[in-house]
Amino acid sequence: MRRLGLCLSVTTCLLASAIGLPSARAERLIVSVSNQRVTVTPNYSGEELVLFGSVEKDAETPPDRASYDLVVTISGPPADMVTRRKERKFGIWINTDYREFIQVPDYLAVFSNRPLEAIASPEIARRQQLGLDNVRLTQRLGSDYADVVPNDAFRRAFVRLRAEGGLYREDMSAVSFLTPTLFRTGIPLPAEVATGTYHVDIQLFAGGALITHTETAFEIVKVGFEQFVATTARQNGLTYGLATAFMALMTGWMASIVFRRD
Amino acid sequence: MQLYLPIADLPVNVFLILAMGAAVGFVSGMFGIGGGFLMTPLLIFAGIAPGVAVASVASHIAASSFSGAISYWRRRAIDPTLAFVLLTGGVMGTALGVWTFSLLRSLGQLDLMIALSYVVLLTTVGGLMFWEGLRAIIRARRGTPVRIRRAGSHGWIHALPFKIRFKRSKIYLSVVPVIVVGLLIGFIGAVMGIGGGFILIPTMIYLLRVPTSTVIGTSMVLTLVTMLIATLLHAATNHLVDAVLALILMVGGVTGAQFGARAGQRIRGEHLRLLLGLLILAVGIRFAIELVIRPDDLFTIREVGVSE
Repeated sequence: MRRLGLCLSVTTCLLASAIGLPSARAERLIVSVSNQRVTVTPNYSGEELVLFGSVEKDAETPPDRASYDLVVTISGPPADMVTRRKERKFGIWINTDYREFIQVPDYLAVFSNRPLEAIASPEIARRQQLGLDNVRLTQRLGSDYADVVPNDAFRRAFVRLRAEGGLYREDMSAVSFLTPTLFRTGIPLPAEVATGTYHVDIQLFAGGALITHTETAFEIVKVGFEQFVATTARQNGLTYGLATAFMALMTGWMASIVFRRD
Repeated sequence: MQLYLPIADLPVNVFLILAMGAAVGFVSGMFGIGGGFLMTPLLIFAGIAPGVAVASVASHIAASSFSGAISYWRRRAIDPTLAFVLLTGGVMGTALGVWTFSLLRSLGQLDLMIALSYVVLLTTVGGLMFWEGLRAIIRARRGTPVRIRRAGSHGWIHALPFKIRFKRSKIYLSVVPVIVVGLLIGFIGAVMGIGGGFILIPTMIYLLRVPTSTVIGTSMVLTLVTMLIATLLHAATNHLVDAVLALILMVGGVTGAQFGARAGQRIRGEHLRLLLGLLILAVGIRFAIELVIRPDDLFTIREVGVSE
């Protein structure tokens, strides 16, 4: 079943890249993720996926094109988050200022084969949102929506805290070329990642210019017991609560029987 | 052994959670309290989101107080009339507390309010208990007779109307202060996410003068019912109760509570109060230090509740 899904999505990718980029582009990217559907089971504790791909040249490829650069951006399901800053007031540390980050990815990873500065100019990097410093993270301040400069204190703190949990990461040597056109990169997923769809954007550069890009995706889903518990809790809250309360009473009663002394 | 928690959305070490449940259960069995004020901070420290921790601990406390209540019932150490009157106030207080909780949340600064009330409540109650226990020990050393009930000094509590006789506790008391105490405990419990046993027991002993023989069992009934209601409310409104986490905590908790109860019976009352006072004081001071000392990281991230 999983293999079928993989085949299907590879075909879809092929089709998409073939249709989406009709002509004028000399290269095509063909990619595949080792697992399109990561299932969360009771013993789930994170996983590492592998992204494989190859650069397909055709007749229009300039013959002098020797080396390629790749930037892979993986972004998890979007979520709203609040970053708060503590300040000392009346002798105690309390949350004073805060920024809301609207629909920012729960997981964000940027992998490339060499430092981004060497791959593209700062303008291109900004335009293509290459790297954690350039990815758009929309903040809301009152009624204003804006993305601010990369060295904004709240943005820096947000990225740093996410990175500490392994949820935001940037690795300039994660993509490795096995042959001049065949590449691979690992996608480490910590256990805390959210369930949902993860978009993978692969951008191909040569000589500092973006040549082509392609997209793929994988999803993280809860199955079996985990999914049952999560959906029941969300959809039948009261029933779930009653069941939990009953479980509490049963556990208490069992204990009083097991440990009865008189 | 790692196990993935379906609501908390992260894997935990089962033995760590079991051990935490057992340790808190031991303390709760020993002193006859729910132990929520210890369990919730411990879970947050283990990386579980505060909302999930508070909600799941409620069901854990319900389980341990039920197993405690059963054994106290067998020893006829529960006053059903007193428990019922307390509950009338307790249920109202819980509803009022949930309402205040939502109000505080809409005003922001809920975290600060919770931290401040933890500090004020825990240091006051802990300090008083510690001081009282110390005085009792000193009195016992000197050989001064301990006067549990001061003859003739009935005070204003006994001037109140609607008096009824609480047979098993052998007291004759107005229902007004009992309902008010229940109301306060229910309110504090809902706002702070704790069972409130550590406030209820001293209040019953010193204010209502309920004899020690029925205090713990009766307070367990109140804790049981308020925590069951809290579990239902949290599950129905916030969807934050993690049943898997709760079950692990329960199994550890009820086991620990049995051993704790046995240990508690071997320690003398005033020593027990001194120890509990110290423990509560320590948790309160820890919260105070957290507020006063410059935090390692001034920034925190929290995911905004996903509204679907």
